[in-house]
Amino acid sequence: MSSKYDVLVIGGGNAALCAAIAARRGGASVLVLEGAPTFYRGGNTRHTRNMRCAHDAATEILTGPYTEEEFWEDLLRVTGGQTDEVLARHMIRESKDILNWIVEQGVRWQPSLGGTLSLGRTNSFFLGGGRAMLNALYLTAERLGVEVAYEAEVTDLVIEDGMFLAACLKRPINGATEIRATSLVAAAGGFEANIEWLKQYWGEAADNFLIRGTPYNRGSILKMLLDKGVQEVGDPTQCHAVAIDARAPKFDGGIITRHDSVVFGIVVNKHAQRFYDEGEDIWPKRYAIWGRLVAAQPDQIAYIIFDSTVVTSFMPTLFPPIAGQTVAELAGKLELDPAALEKTITEFNAAVRPGTFDHTILDDCVTEGITPPKTHWARKIETPPYLAYPVRPGITFTYLGTRVTKEARMLMADGKPSANMFAAGEIMAGNVLGKGYAAGMGMTIGSVFGRIAGREAARHARN
Amino acid sequence: MDEADRLMTVCNSCRYCEGLCAVFPAMEMRRAFSDGDLNYLANLCHACGACYVDCQFSPPHEFNVNVPKTLAIARAESYAAYAWPRALSGTFARNGLVISVVAALSMAAFILGFAALNDRSVLFGVHTGPGAFYRLMPHNAMAALFSAAFLYAILALVMSVRAFWRDIGPPVGGRADGGSIFQAIRDAGELRYLHGGGVGCYNEDDKPTDRHKLYHHLTFYGFLLCFAATSVATLYHYLLGREAPYPWWDLPVVLGTLGGIGLIVGPIGLFMARMRRDPALLDETRHGMDVGFIAMLFLTGLTGMALLLLRETSGAASRRGVCAVHHHALRQVRARHLPLRGAGALRAGAAQRSSLLRGARA
Repeated sequence: MSSKYDVLVIGGGNAALCAAIAARRGGASVLVLEGAPTFYRGGNTRHTRNMRCAHDAATEILTGPYTEEEFWEDLLRVTGGQTDEVLARHMIRESKDILNWIVEQGVRWQPSLGGTLSLGRTNSFFLGGGRAMLNALYLTAERLGVEVAYEAEVTDLVIEDGMFLAACLKRPINGATEIRATSLVAAAGGFEANIEWLKQYWGEAADNFLIRGTPYNRGSILKMLLDKGVQEVGDPTQCHAVAIDARAPKFDGGIITRHDSVVFGIVVNKHAQRFYDEGEDIWPKRYAIWGRLVAAQPDQIAYIIFDSTVVTSFMPTLFPPIAGQTVAELAGKLELDPAALEKTITEFNAAVRPGTFDHTILDDCVTEGITPPKTHWARKIETPPYLAYPVRPGITFTYLGTRVTKEARMLMADGKPSANMFAAGEIMAGNVLGKGYAAGMGMTIGSVFGRIAGREAARHARN
Repeated sequence: MDEADRLMTVCNSCRYCEGLCAVFPAMEMRRAFSDGDLNYLANLCHACGACYVDCQFSPPHEFNVNVPKTLAIARAESYAAYAWPRALSGTFARNGLVISVVAALSMAAFILGFAALNDRSVLFGVHTGPGAFYRLMPHNAMAALFSAAFLYAILALVMSVRAFWRDIGPPVGGRADGGSIFQAIRDAGELRYLHGGGVGCYNEDDKPTDRHKLYHHLTFYGFLLCFAATSVATLYHYLLGREAPYPWWDLPVVLGTLGGIGLIVGPIGLFMARMRRDPALLDETRHGMDVGFIAMLFLTGLTGMALLLLRETSGAASRRGVCAVHHHALRQVRARHLPLRGAGALRAGAAQRSSLLRGARA
């Protein structure tokens, strides 16, 4: 048995819901298929907290203007030029209106309350975080008459000559195992939780990766689309990875498992050897590189080592540091070679030159005569107890996606636009974000292209 | 409380909720909970449920973050901890509903007995004519009895708030000045933190509604109107020499009637919301105390209204019994929930003002 809608949205995050709402407001009947159960709905959106939108003046929630040009320059810098300028500039222009549009869909921005809140100039923060944003979008969608099905796993897409016909379901929804629709919006994310797929590029190392989002980001829709002739975009071997606590759960540890204490000590691998300049750059750049650095180390594990003098420099962590009264004791707990760790720390301490420590700037605390050097924030590690965080690569998202036009319409491998298939969110983020990342860009891509995809899908369905 | 310490570590590593209410900014200043900190946060939390519905780590997530429930447990413990005298502090916590009802009934029995010893005939029949209102118990005896009870309640209240205020400590860098007190009254009066961050509080599912707030407003302002009615009547009696009963259009009766309606409708709504509430948000072991508290409020309203209706018609005995329950219930309410909430709001107000001032200077 099959059922028929104007617009079928596959996915359940920010992009999918923006598409569903825009399509419904455009007069279409809409079904959303979310593969995850209700609690885990929304893919990576549930772990987000802000969105980057261009604006010409300060607002109640933003401390100053962030022009289209400045946004473009930031995007150019983080991607190293790996972006589609036409698409990117279109997205940046549209992002200005998203600031208001998303509020009309029930999402609330965090107001400035004073002292403890650090509101930014470039990014707007969701009141209550990404899950609050999702809850608001779902409430609005359901109020408008969008149908939503959970644990709705799609097993196949029926596509002929670049034209979507139907989606096949593992379990029936209202008796139907086949959903036909006039238009398709694919907003089902990347494949970061699909370890087998990651292994194609990373080999056995991928077994040691931790996935920061839910286990449902398996990229099955992306794979079906690429297999059925949609043009791909983005480097399939690349993913966004940060260093997170090795004791974090395999999936969905979210933001609270990350470590940003690299600057306060040294980082060693399983042979107790340093492997990269811990003082190279300030946040957020260093935040984004350490996942990949750890992924390149044997067994994909590393240890941030510091001493008791810096403990109060950062908030308590979900997993407390592992402590030892001596370096040897700490090494024993970490199952590192004690002699090797003592040698590494002794050599590091001997190389530290005097300076004035200030972790908010690139200060003058440096090492001399060791490789790799620590070029800022270098201080001796000598006050027990000695402390360590074990870290592993935490995979946030992947870059491989479907190529789209300005109208969020998928392009087929032969370069022709699809008649009725649109894509939004992480599944097409690689068009704009070929590599790198800057806070809040994923949500901008999701909301802007979600809205466009929903509007265009509804327009196609009406014609 | 280990669970509270664990939660604070999780929340401070995330802080997505910091804009939802005053609990999360207050939490941020701390690396570990003292008892005072925890009791402060527990009484600052209005259990709107927003941080549970919005949290990516709430159950069934393995991090099992449930701030409303953890603070509900701490709040119940704080009621007991700051009760005065301390010797009685555990009693209510153990079996609130039964104790409330038994206490109210025994007080009714006492007054009935008192009246019966005086004059059996006054127990039954309708009393009319001058001084009829006080035939059962002379006004001065009644005033003395309930004034003593009232003063005792005030003393208990002051002592418990004092202990609470001492424990939670002065606001960081702030003072409880006039502005803070004004803001605290406004925050508490508006139930600012019972709003789910703006959309309304959550109860049975992930759809926010404002009804819980409405029922609480009916209850609270109903209570205040009843208090105003009593105050006006007291002034009538001593300043103007006008004795009860008053006609239906007079201020004490009008205020009392409006308040009584609020105190009946509000607690019914609160009770029904309580029964429908997602069990995940509740401290189930305190079910009896929660319901006992709501029942006392409801009885206050119901008995007050019953008194009004009964006064023209039926026997004085039932009237006196009802009256006793009425006053007992009033005392229960005053002594527990309200003062700690008020003190918590005051501290939050002061902290917020000081952080605003810091922000302005920075």
